[in-house]
Amino acid sequence: MEALLHQLFSGLANGIIYGSVALALVMIYQSTHHINFAQGEMATFSTFIAWALINEAGWSYWAAFFFTVAVSFAAGLVVQRVVLRPIEKAPVLTNVIVFIGLLLIFNALSGMLFDHTIKAFDSPFPSDSPLATVYFSAHQLGSAGVLLLVLLALFGFFRYTSVGLAMRAAAQNPDSARLVGIRVSWMLGLGWGLAAAIGAVAGMMVAPIVFLDPNMMAGILLYGFAGALLGGIDNPLGAVIGGLVVGVLENLLGAYVIGTELKLTVALVLIVGTLTLRPDGLFGKKVVTRV
Amino acid sequence: MADLLRVQKLCAFYGATQVLFDIDFAIEAGKITTILGANGAGKTTTLRALCQIVRTTGSLELDTGGGNVQLAGKATESVVRLGVAHVPDGRGTFGALSVEDNLKLGAYVRKDRDEVARDIERTYQRFPRLAERKHQQAGTLSGGEQQMLAISRALMLRPKLLLLDEPSFGLAPLIVAEIFRIMRKINQEDGVSMLLVEQNASLALDLAHHAYLLETGRVALSGPSENIKNDESVRRAYLGY
Repeated sequence: MEALLHQLFSGLANGIIYGSVALALVMIYQSTHHINFAQGEMATFSTFIAWALINEAGWSYWAAFFFTVAVSFAAGLVVQRVVLRPIEKAPVLTNVIVFIGLLLIFNALSGMLFDHTIKAFDSPFPSDSPLATVYFSAHQLGSAGVLLLVLLALFGFFRYTSVGLAMRAAAQNPDSARLVGIRVSWMLGLGWGLAAAIGAVAGMMVAPIVFLDPNMMAGILLYGFAGALLGGIDNPLGAVIGGLVVGVLENLLGAYVIGTELKLTVALVLIVGTLTLRPDGLFGKKVVTRV
Repeated sequence: MADLLRVQKLCAFYGATQVLFDIDFAIEAGKITTILGANGAGKTTTLRALCQIVRTTGSLELDTGGGNVQLAGKATESVVRLGVAHVPDGRGTFGALSVEDNLKLGAYVRKDRDEVARDIERTYQRFPRLAERKHQQAGTLSGGEQQMLAISRALMLRPKLLLLDEPSFGLAPLIVAEIFRIMRKINQEDGVSMLLVEQNASLALDLAHHAYLLETGRVALSGPSENIKNDESVRRAYLGY
């Protein structure tokens, strides 16, 4: 029983990271109906920036953290304005190719600027802190807290601010959004900025666990994608819940059924299974309109 | 009276297909102007041209109160920000958002928050049915309620010019009558200038002060609504009643 609870809780701790990555994917999918394959590599690159600030420039952890989030937001916005805006109306495949291009660019940039050796990334929650409990390590609990705060902030932003409302409107119905004066193209840029910022937080929270190298997020993006699909790719809350489910399933199945080597298969099976059996996901909604 | 909008030599295109051919017309400030015509005459396109949703050539001069501004070549959202509100065909409400959020979005470009809150209250007084449903998703409203919401959403901009695309479309006659009654009231009480596109010519001519008749993308004739309504040959030839 003790061991089961352990697996369950550490699954939840992983799951919240997958949930954040899923959320970053949903952020862009909602308004553009594209999956940004480069999301993981962008997050990795952000994490490298934080690493350099802490380990080479000697910044304190939280200063580096907030600076990295801000820089990532700006970079996401710039990538959308410069790279994606010109192809806003282009076919899906054009976008996919550009996403793969971005993936390769960010991956190569990470390797070029910070080299390919695996780096330790310190956790801001030392293991001897009072946060540590029987079931959670201090880092697991701390990072879960950070990501929950991010989720709450996002929820508040979308629910209670007029820019958040405008972003939702632009995602749902861009033509009508223009008719109330919303600059839809900038809303897409904002979505990219937010996605990059969320990705940066997820990257910085996962790095102490998996160690930092240019391919750090490759597997995690896959889990995140599985979570997003499972929860419903157009539903932010669903994506987070999906991420949690994936984290728990992955851990329990890995520990008791299929062994740790086959863990990634769980994500792949979930992706294929969701797409064939329930393409809208568990919480995705079919939009009902009156004709 | 001064012209609020002066349109000269307006042409509009869908891709390579030209739909409007050198249209001239004017909208008098504070008045209701209507554009009539058969299916495919270019009525909806005219509204879309004013909002720069379709590609146009020609001049669209709007009197903003602080000088004339050329609308041609501007982005749709910039035209809206100059005070042109458009209730498109299909209503353009946000189906998955609540009634209240739809109204808030209508005032998205306004900065006077207190006044916006007051305008939302006024909307609920004007349309009590929207007040009852303010937390309901707009997509679940009846057709008539959606049209009321669409018009209210557009009014939240406090527009100088309100463009209405077939507000009677698909609605029961009683509801249409109510909507037209309210539109007249809005025009009289708030002085909102309107450009109304309608299939239902007799309704539109009763409401509007001035009418233009489109035929395959050209202005066939124009004049005060009274004159057109009373000219039997025009009525029979163009309006079919």
